[in-house]
Amino acid sequence: MTNTADHIDLTTIDQVVIRFAGDSGDGMQLTGDRFTSASALAGNDLATLPDFPAEIRAPQGTLAGVSAFQVHISDHDIHTPGDAPDVLVAMNPAALRSELERLRSGGMVILNEDAFDERNLTKAGFTADPRSDGSLDDYVVHQVPMTKLTVDATSDLDVKKRDAERSKNFFALGLISWMYSRPTDPTLDWIKTKFAKSEAVIASNTAAFHAGHAFGETAEMFASQFKVAAAPQRPGEYTNITGNVATAWGMIAAGQLAKLPVFLGSYPITPASDILHELSRHKNFGVRTFQAEDEIAGVGAALGASFGGNLAYTTTSGPGVALKGETIGLALSMELPLVIIDVQRGGPSTGLPTKTEASDLMMAMYGRHGEAPMPIVAASTPADCFDAVIEASRLALKYRTPVMLLTDGYLANGAEPWLLPDVESLPDISVPFTTEPNAVDDEGEPAFAAYLRDEETLARPWAIPGTPGLEHRLGGLEKDAVTGNVSYDATNHSVMTDVRQAKVDGIANDIPEAVVDRSADSAGDAPILIVGWGSTRGSITSAVERLRSAGHHIDTVHLTHVNPFPKNLGEVLAGREHIFVPELNKGQLVRLLRAEYLVDAKPISKVMGLPFTAAELVDHITEGINR
Amino acid sequence: MTDIQLDPSKRGYWTSNQEVRWCPGCGDYGILAAMQFLYTELDVDRENTVFISGIGCAARFPYYMSTYGLHTIHGRAPAIATGLAVARPDLDIWVIGGDGDMLSIGGNHLIHALRRNVNVKILLFNNQIYGLTKGQYSPTSEVGKITKTSPMGSLDTPFNPISVAVGAGASFIARTHDMDRKHMIEVFKRAHAHKGSSFVEIFQNCNVFNDGAFDSIVKRDARAEMMIDLVHGEPIRFGADNDKGVVLDKGAAKVVKVADVDESDLLVHDERADSPTHAFALGLLADDNQSPTPFGVFRDTTRPEYAEAATSQLLAANEADGPGDLGALLRSGATWNVE
Ligand code: SF4
Repeated sequence: MTNTADHIDLTTIDQVVIRFAGDSGDGMQLTGDRFTSASALAGNDLATLPDFPAEIRAPQGTLAGVSAFQVHISDHDIHTPGDAPDVLVAMNPAALRSELERLRSGGMVILNEDAFDERNLTKAGFTADPRSDGSLDDYVVHQVPMTKLTVDATSDLDVKKRDAERSKNFFALGLISWMYSRPTDPTLDWIKTKFAKSEAVIASNTAAFHAGHAFGETAEMFASQFKVAAAPQRPGEYTNITGNVATAWGMIAAGQLAKLPVFLGSYPITPASDILHELSRHKNFGVRTFQAEDEIAGVGAALGASFGGNLAYTTTSGPGVALKGETIGLALSMELPLVIIDVQRGGPSTGLPTKTEASDLMMAMYGRHGEAPMPIVAASTPADCFDAVIEASRLALKYRTPVMLLTDGYLANGAEPWLLPDVESLPDISVPFTTEPNAVDDEGEPAFAAYLRDEETLARPWAIPGTPGLEHRLGGLEKDAVTGNVSYDATNHSVMTDVRQAKVDGIANDIPEAVVDRSADSAGDAPILIVGWGSTRGSITSAVERLRSAGHHIDTVHLTHVNPFPKNLGEVLAGREHIFVPELNKGQLVRLLRAEYLVDAKPISKVMGLPFTAAELVDHITEGINR
Repeated sequence: MTDIQLDPSKRGYWTSNQEVRWCPGCGDYGILAAMQFLYTELDVDRENTVFISGIGCAARFPYYMSTYGLHTIHGRAPAIATGLAVARPDLDIWVIGGDGDMLSIGGNHLIHALRRNVNVKILLFNNQIYGLTKGQYSPTSEVGKITKTSPMGSLDTPFNPISVAVGAGASFIARTHDMDRKHMIEVFKRAHAHKGSSFVEIFQNCNVFNDGAFDSIVKRDARAEMMIDLVHGEPIRFGADNDKGVVLDKGAAKVVKVADVDESDLLVHDERADSPTHAFALGLLADDNQSPTPFGVFRDTTRPEYAEAATSQLLAANEADGPGDLGALLRSGATWNVE
């Protein structure tokens, strides 16, 4: 089937950005995801951007119901899902209307022409048919009767017409797979496993996929078939992974590296639920997943499990962190290990549940009453979520503290190829429980002083129930700096406040220094520094590549540890003419940097529910330099 | 720091070195003593016992036991205890809280702990008032109660804790009171022996903000007529002359003179009844504010325990998929090699 018909050229291109768009019920996420997996297997570098509405099924055919999936595939190293799509697959008028403005001028539009009837055009808000009123003149348009061809292809099967129509996304997938010379077998195999419950669905999806593929080859509509060669990648074994799956796997890995049972207490919330789903599938690792009655119980149960000696997590998104705040403060006061994973989304309040934003940094930093310092780790790519979970867990265990791990909706649902780590090379993050008395009491008897700290880390001993002789009581009331007994002593409170801060500050000695990425030809510090954190890494890298090739001297630094900052960050920031801090918020890291280092760092903000495009960043930075 | 008593059959062994700080005369002292005495009778290890509380006067309780303990935040003790119980099914876990802690701010966690039947023993110290915050009406205060926040009388219809527990599907439900140490010890012992969630309501006198709230029931001279001692398998009777009993009338429990009915019509107490309607009816008996209040075990039934069920899922997954192999997990999706 991969033979190219006579009338078709095989053109090699270095990259392409494709956006699949349709109604929420059209299966666009599945289609995009499948195309991504096939591309990963073809060895392309890739990045994805699922973009879907919060409603499970918004009214059919309306703009509100449009669900899109953008994938960028390339024969070279790429960092973002692409600024403007080259190809838009629009399954109905609403998808065309809502997505067309993103398409680059001269890009290709592939329409399901069967969906372009009066009714759907009206629902989408078109007053005239865009196919004939000139609004598509800037694009190469292919109209394909996808619904009809899907129904025809399945007419021999024992499926109802309405059910057959639902396979039309596989027709589109077949067509695009042909157009970009994707291998077909992995997708056909996948259809068999994915729909194993229904022979009929396997048959109609397979038929639709074949039909789409054959249509491309024979319809004399497409003059070119494209090939995107494999990207040169570091040797090794790869898999394609989303941030949420990487997070769940990171938790399993951390449990093994810590030699502790894993406990996840969680309450379903978009876009974090997939972590709970994924972890729940792996009980054979001894992980306990607990779906709590609410967000507070999720973190509460995790804290209880931590007291019992488990490696405990709670996963949530912004609204959930708000609810968990008091319990996080308790964990901080009881000095027990706990990792809180916040998959950030647009806020405030319910905000934009399915859209990405990175506006919880200040909440992570300051969102508790009292002086309540807590380490913050931020993941920067989907695969990096794996390492970030291990690092957050390491800090939590070693310093007996809650740690906030920030990811976001873009990382959670986005995918990238991941060079699989050698399991043996992962760090040992285990810490010993205290099993023997560490003090003597007033009578000279061996005793357990629950807050007698390790001199280096300032961590208190972790003794778990079941350990004879170390029975102790922990609580949220202020504790004596040594015994841990309740203490209302003013000086003691001051000492404890300072030591809690010193413990978190001291982590700066235990994390890597910030690494500056410099232009290849740069002799020293560039006058311009871009400071990033979290999921902006890809966008920043792409933008800076462009700016550097335009002759700008720019350094970048990307933070994994946001609290405490790496020790050398002050030096890295010093002496720059311009410091820009791109964030998917209104300027949160930038405030921390300004407060901490008294530097004139400038924010670059975006709160549109989407990551920065490289072009946006190039514009902002250029503007900032020229101002 | 240490608890120097070395003999588990002595109360001192179960007593921490922390000074008890309830108001003199508070009912909490009696409950603490009953618990410490209970432990002198139980053959269990101190290190495997954990007391977990929220916020309130009652919530200081864990500090006074020489076991492991957590004094947590308002209302959340059942949730925190649930996590510990699921992670560590080997431990004996008690949850201690007052009516505000358990039925107001923590009501949600209470009902979910009870419905899951996780192995925690929940003691609700009901004094029908907020003590620690100095005397506001609570979710069990009677309608019309005059307090600082209800100078013209509380408008809230109170919760009946037994009804809440029945509604939440609790597998063990009992009631006792702070004036009767022997009764408390017996009830706590039953709660401790029960597999799954146990719920015990304790009438507790707050002598500072709601003194005598239960006097009409638990005062020595009132007891015979106002308290019913529930005994499994026995017809429910009470009264100084044992001349009164309880019957079911159209589903509701009703007090009768035994002489007025056929003795076989008296309700026979059944802790283990499949249907909770019997316990529910008994729980409501005193809601008319004149009928006597039943004490003892309302319900003691068998249901799968949550942590045990969770553990069997882990074992089943291990059986089905083999022990977890991290390298294999990372390769469980499609993979490809780059040379
Ligand atoms: S306020 Fe009431 S409940 Fe609290 S300690 Fe004093 S007497 Fe006991």
